[in-house]
Amino acid sequence: MQFQSRHFGNIAVATPAGRLDHAAAVPFEQALSPLWQDQQAAGLVVDFSNVEYISSVGLRVLMIAAKQMRARKARVAAVAMQPIVAEIFAISRFDSVYEVFPSLRDALAAMSPTALTAYDGS
Amino acid sequence: MQRVRFWGTRGSLPVALTAPAVRQKLIAALRGASGRVFESDRDVERYIDGLAFDVAGTFGGHTACVELVTGGTEYVACDLGSGLRPFGQAAIARHGPAAPQTYHLFVSHVHWDHIMGLPFFGPAYIPGNRVIFYGGHADLEAALRRQMDPPSFPVDFSVFRAAIQFVHLAPDRPHDVAGMRVTLKRQHHTGDSYGYRFEKDGRVVVYSTDSEHKLTDPRERLDFAEFFRDADLVVFDAMYSLAESISVKADWGHSSNIVGVELCQLARAKHLCLFHHEPAMDDAALAKMLAETQRYEEITRTDSYLRVSAAYDGLDLAL
Repeated sequence: MQFQSRHFGNIAVATPAGRLDHAAAVPFEQALSPLWQDQQAAGLVVDFSNVEYISSVGLRVLMIAAKQMRARKARVAAVAMQPIVAEIFAISRFDSVYEVFPSLRDALAAMSPTALTAYDGS
Repeated sequence: MQRVRFWGTRGSLPVALTAPAVRQKLIAALRGASGRVFESDRDVERYIDGLAFDVAGTFGGHTACVELVTGGTEYVACDLGSGLRPFGQAAIARHGPAAPQTYHLFVSHVHWDHIMGLPFFGPAYIPGNRVIFYGGHADLEAALRRQMDPPSFPVDFSVFRAAIQFVHLAPDRPHDVAGMRVTLKRQHHTGDSYGYRFEKDGRVVVYSTDSEHKLTDPRERLDFAEFFRDADLVVFDAMYSLAESISVKADWGHSSNIVGVELCQLARAKHLCLFHHEPAMDDAALAKMLAETQRYEEITRTDSYLRVSAAYDGLDLAL
């Protein structure tokens, strides 16, 4: 698994890549945790454009992130999911945990004007 | 081991099909029949057989009771939910009340939904029958007696006229019962529950209900895969969605369809049967969950196909 993170305004964006399966669960959690611990972030967006598959343990990491963010009234979103990942989100009912958007820009537009401005200017 | 019959498949408490729900099924069936001509009853039956299960049938409402048809002369069943009553009635109808029978009843745990059928188990009231309860809980006998104590039931446990026996089974090692090799595994559930692995004549059935999988311990995942290893059938607690099972319903002691597929694939099991259905789910919701689970199996399949079905009261599976 590969992982990158960025910030646009007050929104943290995580971009994992590859398969988020049992082999990747621990590194995924370690990589994502600084973002949900960022008290300045008003939202967390996970960009799935490079994720081929996510299993139960990968989804568990997303649930931890969602619980932590929601505890301080911050929003969580999933964007740019490939069809298989979108299906897994629906089957597991994670589409009721994360707001789902077609693109990162759509998510930022819905979550934070500041973040959208930062994204458009990047 | 020849067949598995499901007498009760619902979790937590029994549910009944309601008049409005029947009406919706009739509306759907009649709408589909519009313009058709039925020349005979056989035509009607053929039409009904072609309807979706959630329209033509129902997943049913009794709580857990699953019969294993072992090929032997003695009866074997898992759990004493409200499905135990029709199981007992069917056995009496088959043999008549005067022909003594032996019943081996394996109990996952003693929560109410898994023992509530016992006071209505006809064979226990018939002299000459033998009823043997098996379980991993030290308080199994006390729990079964207590639910019939006054003021909770009109008669107490002592009115049973069958020969009653309790057998404690230790987990993680095989036991020989009724010609089967039986192994128990302790599971995450309040007060513990036990899964059962039954082996006979080269066939393996795993009964694993009221079992929460925490997803945090890789060792536990491998242990369960080993418990399910190469099973012909895994009866699996899929009460909640994955999202529910690890959030609002975490620590409620149940699992999900997603985890069922993943464990069975890892174990190279042949057939996953979704079980312990959430009482709040109607037939359409359960049919949708089954279709989604079959799709998840397809998405995640590697080299071997895992059959996925959903248990319903009256389901009779050949092994």
